[in-house]
This record gives sequence, structure tokens and C-alpha cells, in this order.
Amino acid sequence: MADLIYPRLIGARLRSQLSYRASFAMDFVTQVIAQCYELLVILVLFTQITALGGFTKNEVLLMYAFAGAAFGVADLFAGQLDNLPTYIRTGTFDVLLMRPLGTLPQIMCSDIRLRRIGRITGGIAVLAYALANVPVDWSPAKVALTVVTPIAGAVIYSAVWVVACSVCFWIVEGREFANAVTYGSNAFTSYPINVYSRPLRWVMAFVVPGAFVAYYPSLALLGKQDPLGLPGWVGWTSPLVAALAAAAAGLVWRFAVRHYRGTGS
Amino acid sequence: MIEVEGLRREFKVATSKGLRRRYKTVTAVDGVSFGVAAGEAVGYVGPNGAGKSTTIKMLTGILVPTSGRVRVSGVDPSKQRRDLARRIGVVFGQRSQLWWDLPLRDSFDLLRSIYRVPPRDYRARLDECVELLGLRETLATPVRQLSLGQRMRGEITAALLHAPELLVLDEPTIGLDLESKERLREFLKDINTRRGTTLLLTTHDLDDIERLCPRLMVIDHGRVLADGPLDDLRAEVTPERELVIDLREPGPAPDVPGVTAVRSEAGGLRHHLTFRRAEMTAAQLITLVVRQVEVHDLAVVEPEIDDVIRKLYQRQTLTGRTSVES
Repeated sequence: MADLIYPRLIGARLRSQLSYRASFAMDFVTQVIAQCYELLVILVLFTQITALGGFTKNEVLLMYAFAGAAFGVADLFAGQLDNLPTYIRTGTFDVLLMRPLGTLPQIMCSDIRLRRIGRITGGIAVLAYALANVPVDWSPAKVALTVVTPIAGAVIYSAVWVVACSVCFWIVEGREFANAVTYGSNAFTSYPINVYSRPLRWVMAFVVPGAFVAYYPSLALLGKQDPLGLPGWVGWTSPLVAALAAAAAGLVWRFAVRHYRGTGS
Repeated sequence: MIEVEGLRREFKVATSKGLRRRYKTVTAVDGVSFGVAAGEAVGYVGPNGAGKSTTIKMLTGILVPTSGRVRVSGVDPSKQRRDLARRIGVVFGQRSQLWWDLPLRDSFDLLRSIYRVPPRDYRARLDECVELLGLRETLATPVRQLSLGQRMRGEITAALLHAPELLVLDEPTIGLDLESKERLREFLKDINTRRGTTLLLTTHDLDDIERLCPRLMVIDHGRVLADGPLDDLRAEVTPERELVIDLREPGPAPDVPGVTAVRSEAGGLRHHLTFRRAEMTAAQLITLVVRQVEVHDLAVVEPEIDDVIRKLYQRQTLTGRTSVES
């Protein structure tokens, strides 16, 4: 019974947004437009070239769509971590600490913004288009992979978000850094990773496991060889990577909160 | 209910001059010890920056002490934060735990889930608070539209829904008008005496203490300056009391050994006499006075609580100074 508390907290948040209907509609449209701009960049790029890193336009769109949908879902839950500096400064974080619940789930459920569904909607639309236009040798496993990939991707993005925002416990205005990491990794994962320089690739693929959001699952789905030489099964490991990333993020968050309670004001 | 022993808390404060950051250690709470028994109502007062809030944060598990021992409601706050959260209620006057955009009732309902309060208990407790605090009409109003007084009553209700054994209030009456303050005090007094809920409150409003707390703790510079019943503190710090007499006919002040006539008013119709409580009771003095003059009316004036605390601070700074010189 009590485990229903998080859905209830989310429900409460959704209800309170209904008191601002007009701004919801506008935000939703804004998000879809923002999504379209990024799409436009890819389309314009492909009027000049026919392949990017050995991938066709529709294959790149597939990666972009996976990344977009995953980022949209992550933004829905982890995006409110952007408020952390405010929470710390105004003492709202202390209120969270006074409740018999974990601080991280409380923050995640505190400010679900429905308008962010705009981004997810955009991602799924492009995904549908790309899937219809890329050569995939469909099998039940690949259908499962298609469904699981945005979810695993969302978990990976969220983990990155949590780790990046934990910086705010040391530097209260660490938001800029956190945004650079989160939005930066979104931009990175939207393209085939072999177009990046080797050091950047390594950091973004394996330190921040961004390559597991869209790139490797897309390879597995398309049945393509990794130009960088990793074996084909890597594309199926995203859920595992997501679980590891989530566990790591949980540890970092705990460490950060412990630091806050040890030296916070 | 609360056991605190040798509690210390240091903060590192950046004193950045130039490019290199330097840190100095500031001790906010410096060896505080006290105990609060179940059912007590204790006022915790001190000037800004005295260490009140830091103490409260350590008692509620938000901050971890640098050293010392704390037990609240049988658990170690910093290690069993969530356990403790179910046993105590906390109200911060300056920050809200309600959902800003939702009707007050929805916040209560969410807290019911968070604290896993059985529906029947929840309804009974909510009804009681709503009745006593007069919140009936505001239940459907979004919190952001409530007045400060209404919101504070909402906050206190929110903190009591899980029937905590201990209610900690940090500046609960700050910014409230007189009527709202009085209403809150009456309610808190009621839950303390009738329900036996232990109260610990910090305040700048000494009327809160006078009305609510038989026991007062004064803290400054991270140390407890005084701890005891308000009356005892008064006796210790301000040993003199004042007797005001109105005479039937104007005349000179009565002359009693050991008593000083400090001033006269209304052309000798009213006299202020001070006497030391250790040497004479008010009754004794009155008996002596009515032998000499014909008294129309009289009143014994106790020193104001503000005076008591001001004297405590003065005494502290004086002893502080002597220790520096020696």
C-alpha cells in the first residue's frame, strides 16, 4: 500500500500542473519545435552528404530517435534535478530529509513536467519513421530490443544526470556543469560515435555510457558491424549497462548527500 | 525523549581572499548537553547565529554532529533518519512542507501515504486539528493562496498527522499577527497537556515561552547559558522584584529596611518599591507596607522575560571578557 506513494506524488504533481493549462500547451509545443530543429540539422546535413560515418540518413535518424526518446523519458524523471541548487539554497532539501523516504525518489517525483512529453512524442514519431525506412531483419528478439532500448537509454541518461547534479552538493551553482554533461551527452548520442575523435569517443562511450543509449543497440538492430571493432553482442547489453549505471549513480548520490549532511549549512 | 551529550558541530567557512581559497572552522554548536523528558515543553532561545537551528538540524537527523551523542525518541538521528522521521514532527516557520499548488487537503492526504497512517486514525487526527485550528474553510484552497497564519496552521496539522511523540518547531510564530500567534499557542498548549506530545520550540517571541514552556534553555555562541524553569531563571538573574502601590492620599513612600523606593508618580499617589526576593516575600513586604500607609491598590511586577534574557547575555559577555584578560 505504502509503495504506491511515488505514483501518488507524481499524480499530485500532474494535478497541480492542470492549474496552469495554457502554459502547459505552450511548453509542449515549444518542446516539439525544439525537437524539430535538431531533426532539421540532420536532414540539412544529409542534403550535402550521403553517409555519415558509414551510416545512411535513415540509420542516423534511428540513432537520433532512440536517443531522443530516451532523453525525453529521462528528462521527465531526472530533469527536475536541475532544481537541486534551489532546493539546497532554500532549505527545501532539508524538508525532504525530514520525511521517511529517500531523497532521490522524492526529487524525481517532485516536479514531473508533462510538457516534456513533447520531446518523447517527437522522439517516438521519428523512431517510427526511421524503423519503417531502415532494413531490419525482424525477429522477436529485435522487437524486444526496440522496446527496451529507449527505456535502458532513459535509465542511462538519468544516471548521468544524477551523477552530474551531485556536484551541486559541493558547488551550489554547479548547474551549468551538470547541464553541459547531460545535454552534451544527448547531442553526442544522437550521432554514430565513430564520427568523433578517439578520446571523446572513449569518454562518451564508456565512462559516460552514452554509446549504449542508441549507437550499439542500433548496430544490433541493423545487423551491422561496429566500425570500431567491438563484437556484435555489445548491442544487446544496454539493459545491463543501464543497471550498472543506475547502481553507480545511487552510490554517488548517497555519498553526496552524506557530504551535505556532514558539512551543509 | 531527547538526550544530548557534548554535542558539537563545526562548519568550514570559505574566506576567499584573492585566488587561493582558505577555510576557517567555525563552531556553531560547542559542547551542548541537555535532556528533555516525555511530555515536557521546552523553549530554546538565543540570538541569531547562536546555534539554535544547527542544534535542531542535528536533533532531526538533517545534519550529522561533528562529535557528541544525540538520541531522540530512542534512535540516533543521523544514522536512523527515516526511522526518526516516523516518530517526530518538525515544523520550520520559514519553509513549507506542503504542496504549493494543491489544495491543503491534498497535501494532508499525501502525507498520510508518506507516513502510512491508517485511514481511520488519519480522519480522527485531521478532524481534531481542523476543528481546533479552524481550518475547515481552507481545506479546498491551494496552499499558495493561504495567508501566512492559515499556512502555519496547515504546517502544524501536517506535522501531527502521524501522531509524533515529539514536535519540534523552529520559529513557529514568526511573521504572524497577534491573533494567529495566540491561536497557535493555545493549540500547542492543548496538544502538550492533553495528548502529552513533547514540545521543543525555538523562538524570538518570548511570549511563546511565557505561554507555552515551563522550561527555558538559553543558548549563545553555541553554548547553553541557562537551563531551567523560567521562574528560577528570573530569580537567579534578576533577584529584585518590584511592588507598585497606589495610596489613598498622596504622601511619601513607606520606609521599610532593605527596600528601595525607586520612583514616585502622580504627585506621590503611586510608588515603585524594589525588594530582593531572597530577603523578603511579597506578602511580608505588603504586610509591612500596609502598617505604615493606607493602600488603595497594589501589584507585584515580575521582571519581563526579555530582561531576564538580556541580563543572561550581559553576564555571559562579562565573564567572557574577564577570561580574555586573565
